[in-house]
Amino acid sequence: MSDITKQSLTELVENIKNKKLSSTDVTKAFIQRSEKSSELNAYITDNFTLALDKAKKFDQNPNLDLKLPGIPMAVKDLFCTKNVKTTAGSKILNNFVPTYESTVTENIWNEGAILLGKLNCDEFAMGSSNETSHFGNVQNPIDKNLVPGGSSGGSASAVAGKLTPITIGTDTGGSIRQPASFTGIVGLKPTYGSCSRYGIVAFASSLDQAGPMAQNVKDCALLQEVISTYDPKDSTSIKFKRNHYSKELTKNIKGKKIGIPKEYRVDGMPKEIEDLWLKGIQYVKDCGAETIDISLPHTSYALPTYYIVAPAEASSNLARYDGVKYGYRAKGENLIDMYEKTRSEGFGAEVQRRIMIGTYVLSSGYYDAYYLKAQKVRKLIKNDFDDAYKKVDAILTPSTPSSAFKIGEKTNDPVSMYLNDIFTVPVNLAGLPGISIPAGHDTKGYPLGLQIIGKAFDEQNILNIAFAMEEKINFKNKITDWWIK
Amino acid sequence: MNKKNTEFLINRKDNQYEVVIGLEVHAQVLSESKLFSSSSTKFGAEPNTQVSLVDAAFPGMLPVINEFCIKQAIKTGIGLNAKINKRSVFDRKNYFYADLPQGYQISQFKDPIVGEGKVILDMPNGQKEVGIERLHLEQDAGKSIHDLDPQNTFVDLNRSGVALMEIVSKPDLRSPDEVNAYIKKLRSIMRYLGTCDGNMQEGSLRADVNVSVRPKGSKEFGTRCEIKNVNSIKFMQMAIEYEANRQVDLIEEGKTIDQETRLFDTKKNETRSMRSKEDAHDYRYFPDPDLLPLEVSEKFIEELKNDIPELPDDKKKRFIEEFKLSPYEANILVSDIDTAKYFEEVVAKMGKNKDIKLAVNWITGELFAVLNSKGLEISQSPVSAKNFAILINLIKNGTISGKIAKTVFELMIDGDKDPQKIVEEKGLKQQSDPKALEALIDKIINENREKAIEYKQGKEKLFGFFVGQAMKASGGKANPQLINEILKKKL
Repeated sequence: MSDITKQSLTELVENIKNKKLSSTDVTKAFIQRSEKSSELNAYITDNFTLALDKAKKFDQNPNLDLKLPGIPMAVKDLFCTKNVKTTAGSKILNNFVPTYESTVTENIWNEGAILLGKLNCDEFAMGSSNETSHFGNVQNPIDKNLVPGGSSGGSASAVAGKLTPITIGTDTGGSIRQPASFTGIVGLKPTYGSCSRYGIVAFASSLDQAGPMAQNVKDCALLQEVISTYDPKDSTSIKFKRNHYSKELTKNIKGKKIGIPKEYRVDGMPKEIEDLWLKGIQYVKDCGAETIDISLPHTSYALPTYYIVAPAEASSNLARYDGVKYGYRAKGENLIDMYEKTRSEGFGAEVQRRIMIGTYVLSSGYYDAYYLKAQKVRKLIKNDFDDAYKKVDAILTPSTPSSAFKIGEKTNDPVSMYLNDIFTVPVNLAGLPGISIPAGHDTKGYPLGLQIIGKAFDEQNILNIAFAMEEKINFKNKITDWWIK
Repeated sequence: MNKKNTEFLINRKDNQYEVVIGLEVHAQVLSESKLFSSSSTKFGAEPNTQVSLVDAAFPGMLPVINEFCIKQAIKTGIGLNAKINKRSVFDRKNYFYADLPQGYQISQFKDPIVGEGKVILDMPNGQKEVGIERLHLEQDAGKSIHDLDPQNTFVDLNRSGVALMEIVSKPDLRSPDEVNAYIKKLRSIMRYLGTCDGNMQEGSLRADVNVSVRPKGSKEFGTRCEIKNVNSIKFMQMAIEYEANRQVDLIEEGKTIDQETRLFDTKKNETRSMRSKEDAHDYRYFPDPDLLPLEVSEKFIEELKNDIPELPDDKKKRFIEEFKLSPYEANILVSDIDTAKYFEEVVAKMGKNKDIKLAVNWITGELFAVLNSKGLEISQSPVSAKNFAILINLIKNGTISGKIAKTVFELMIDGDKDPQKIVEEKGLKQQSDPKALEALIDKIINENREKAIEYKQGKEKLFGFFVGQAMKASGGKANPQLINEILKKKL
């Protein structure tokens, strides 16, 4: 079946359950396509041989009651996977093989899925273009030499390029939604505390959240339902009533109130983004929802706040990579020398930059002016959303201020790179769920996404809105398979 | 140097200096598992056998608070008469060291779990109150071992993540003796509560000692130096004496004292500069985003309060009132929980017709001597409280004399034997039959007629001779009181 890789997750699950396809058929198909797609550089580590063995084993005694029966799936290389190398896109973890499994991936394998491999990402998830990975750039399947976004660039590329039926990424400031937008797929950042952080290489602990990246909203809902569990191993995991998101998915959003925040109309926003947003407003109206103009007054402070809080936490989270216990170690004259060489050689430039920023903002004498103030602003940003949600059920914004850019275009201008996250970071700072859905193309034919932001723990609502809009938008990704020879 | 027992002043020419001491005591929480992981905390295991992925800071590992450690800290706070903070925050204290796997220690900085409190010290010239500034919870680091290899340092992470309570005193201590009393009191309270075993040899209790000096009578504090990680009371006292004198010498020479961190060299008996204030670490404390602020309810605290046993101060008061002990005796018995337990068990086993004074004298005398000579704790006493009580009763009811009791006690030590049986088997029962004793004394007087006459003529010293002869003739078993009475009558 040559069209296996073109099927959505939902279709594949159905076909395996109906025994029209075996796990081996599906796994083989995705392995073959992945092998032909090395030019995308989406994988850091493949697990093809083992995956095929597992698929065969699954077929011998298939448990078809599972939610992901025999489905092969590659995951971002930030999730620790037992006995499979986990690098976080960094040289410093290039030799690291965990003896344990992250809760989120454990949940996925428990529902019958099979690990295809580990997907490329920005080093320690720090980046918006996948260019900070120690393992090289990832190509966007949309066009040659186009970035797939980041940090879950490998994940986005692999789903858009159909190297995996679906995947999971992590989102600290937009790392799921921005690459989803750049590659024309669906990406959900769940509410902070919805998915366990146990076993995920930490970037910024108060912001990090794992989430699904999928070809469509229904697939996304199904995976969210699998990965979101309360986990006592993560003290920030939250107990709340988790829906059967895919079962409860509905296109009926009549009467829903959708907020349109005026502060997201930023200076210099390309007209095509503006137009896309207006189109989005029309779509939700067409679905029977009502749009309301709202204000999120502290939006402009979100990016600077984020670039204090995230590096501060990162500078501390990354202190454990010191060459003593695991990972890369450089030779040194003494302990300090070993530390300095290990960390200078093991971390890339962007990671070092953020460690420096984080160390600075936490230093005595600067703490109050930066970190403490940032925490206060963060609270104000959260209050903005709380106020808005007194009037509306969800908020609609563009996902990114532009479409995907060329590889190398912004590498020497970190601030312009950081600006990519302008619409996504407020959501992380407030701990809210946000979903990016493909909503159109720019003049170059590159995909553009719209973001729906929900109330905390209200994933079902934004999935429903996305589901309804998806039908109206009827987006088709323009992918030519240019990388396959 | 010393004036009264507790006043510790340093004299130089015309100047007298007072020493101001504050302690940061690190007390290991008595708990089966670590503060944020389920690894064992047992002392003395093979290196790196009690290390979880969390303790070794593997990527993606997260801390989960051990509720038992929280309870232990709150109980200790209650024992220190301190304010329990319903909301406290765990912070990261960032620094690099090979035995600190996370690259930060999880501690509490701005919002500790326990606030201000106080402890009362019994000093020879009265009671002294020492303020407690705070108590916070933190993780211990691992251990770097530098002397196993000429080239390499080895790291043992067994201790990494073990829960510590840092108990910070106010700068209320004024002498090495007060430091001694303070540490012993803290230890005593925590052992009563079962929150820390106080074992200094195993490192369960260690302290950073802050020392400054000032002219006697001055209200302002001098510049302080912190002596890091001193692990015995004796060393603390030695370090304070050395450090205070060093600072006084500097002042006398017109030099200034640098605020710095110092180490105590136990071999040379001196403190040495470790790092100056300028080199002090910038720990970049910030709230640990992996842990939510810790909130405890009033109910939770109340339940723990109900769980607090009688503490040394209350027990002492009760002993004085109930058993008519002197404050000195009561202090000795309550300062160590196991001694108090032993004593109370002896009292209970002695039954109705008990002689508590006698029991106290025997515990603090004979029993302590045996424990000392054998290097045993009272909890390991070779004589059980039950048999000890029987022995005291045997003395009390006249079955054996105090002197014979000592012989019996010696025999009891080997295998915790029943003193009653020893007395029967060895025929050590006191002779209290007046007729038999009269016959015995008649015989002695007959055999020593001349001495009896000399006694009658006024040589009263000879009375002792007759007592001795009578005791000897009875094999030491004669009731000495009866012997005295009969001799007085017959001579």
